[in-house]
Amino acid sequence: MALMIQLITSFIASAAFGILFNTPKRTLLKCGLSGMLGWMTYTLVGFYLDPLFSTVIATFIVGVISQLFARTCKKPVIIFSVAGIIPLVPGGLAYDAMRKFVENEYNIAVQLAAEAFLISGSIAIGLVLSEVLNQMITKLLVKRPRV
Amino acid sequence: MDNGALGTGQEPVRLCLLAGKIMLQSGAETYRVEDTMSRMATAMGLVSSHSSVTPTVIMFQAGDTGSAQLIRIAERTIDLQKVAAVNDISRKLSSGTITTQAAHGLLVEIDLSKHAYPVFLQIAAAAISTGCFTLMFKGELSDFIPGVLCGGLAFSAFILLHRLVKVKFFAEFTASLLVGLLAMLLVTLGIGVSLDKIIIGSVMPLVPGLVITNAVRDLMAGHLVSGLSRGAEAFLTAFAIGAGIAVMFTFF
Repeated sequence: MALMIQLITSFIASAAFGILFNTPKRTLLKCGLSGMLGWMTYTLVGFYLDPLFSTVIATFIVGVISQLFARTCKKPVIIFSVAGIIPLVPGGLAYDAMRKFVENEYNIAVQLAAEAFLISGSIAIGLVLSEVLNQMITKLLVKRPRV
Repeated sequence: MDNGALGTGQEPVRLCLLAGKIMLQSGAETYRVEDTMSRMATAMGLVSSHSSVTPTVIMFQAGDTGSAQLIRIAERTIDLQKVAAVNDISRKLSSGTITTQAAHGLLVEIDLSKHAYPVFLQIAAAAISTGCFTLMFKGELSDFIPGVLCGGLAFSAFILLHRLVKVKFFAEFTASLLVGLLAMLLVTLGIGVSLDKIIIGSVMPLVPGLVITNAVRDLMAGHLVSGLSRGAEAFLTAFAIGAGIAVMFTFF
């Protein structure tokens, strides 16, 4: 039941973010789909692994899905990947860090801030990994028929 | 459109600059802007063009002898429709299905076009997404309604304040302060349960998620100046939001 709620809410939230970022109407559903897949991967992998690793895996999946959507719709990848990564952005951690700063608990605050920074780094790593994979596959596919 | 400019070869340069300007203002990554500009330049017969793109300025030079031109970018928002449209035009230009003149007309049209969704729909979208975020961050079911209210307030306050005062930092700061106050009020009244989840969800539409990832990607792609300045931009926004919430907590 809890998972079901996560599934639905992540879809709606990502699609709504598509509206905020003014994505073309026809791609809204796909934005929602990429956000949903990313968040579900993050939640499911999060049962077994660190938030850092699950973020990398989730953004990698978002990246791959976005590349696929971009190919089929002939639109830039960024449209789908942005909506997909929005739920993974460490807003909560950054908020906690800020709150600890205000409460004069600097040690915990710096710890949380560092974690938030690392997670945003791993979001980028996941996206770059999927891009590299995409480039490798395109190169292989382009070369094979000619050789 | 004067033909004199076409004769001196300035028209393609201006076209590239316009395309780059639209893309950069709409939140495209730096490498995509450079890539699109050089593709368009090649399609229009400008060999060995160079471009230097940072979040605040684009410099473009066609050929070794031509003079470099630059364009200043004052404000950056996120408008993926424009990114997609410019991308489409550059594709068409490369394949030769439209002429330079037609491309220029289309680009001017894109530059002047407004947000495709009306403001109330954007606020509604922000409100619903924040409601969903409160649930996604494992808030109680009863936190959904307060989340929707706070998110709607946050986004509408941000839009309104940003129109009144052009300082983005101030708009973000005040919006998050208002969110904090409303969330505190709702929780005190017993309408919401977990204050943290409501606040986190509500500030999500303001959080610079796209800017942060673009910054790291720019850095990885070797655009060091762009990456660092985008990072500074994202940090400023995050700091404004955090400071707004922090001020609320020092009051209560």
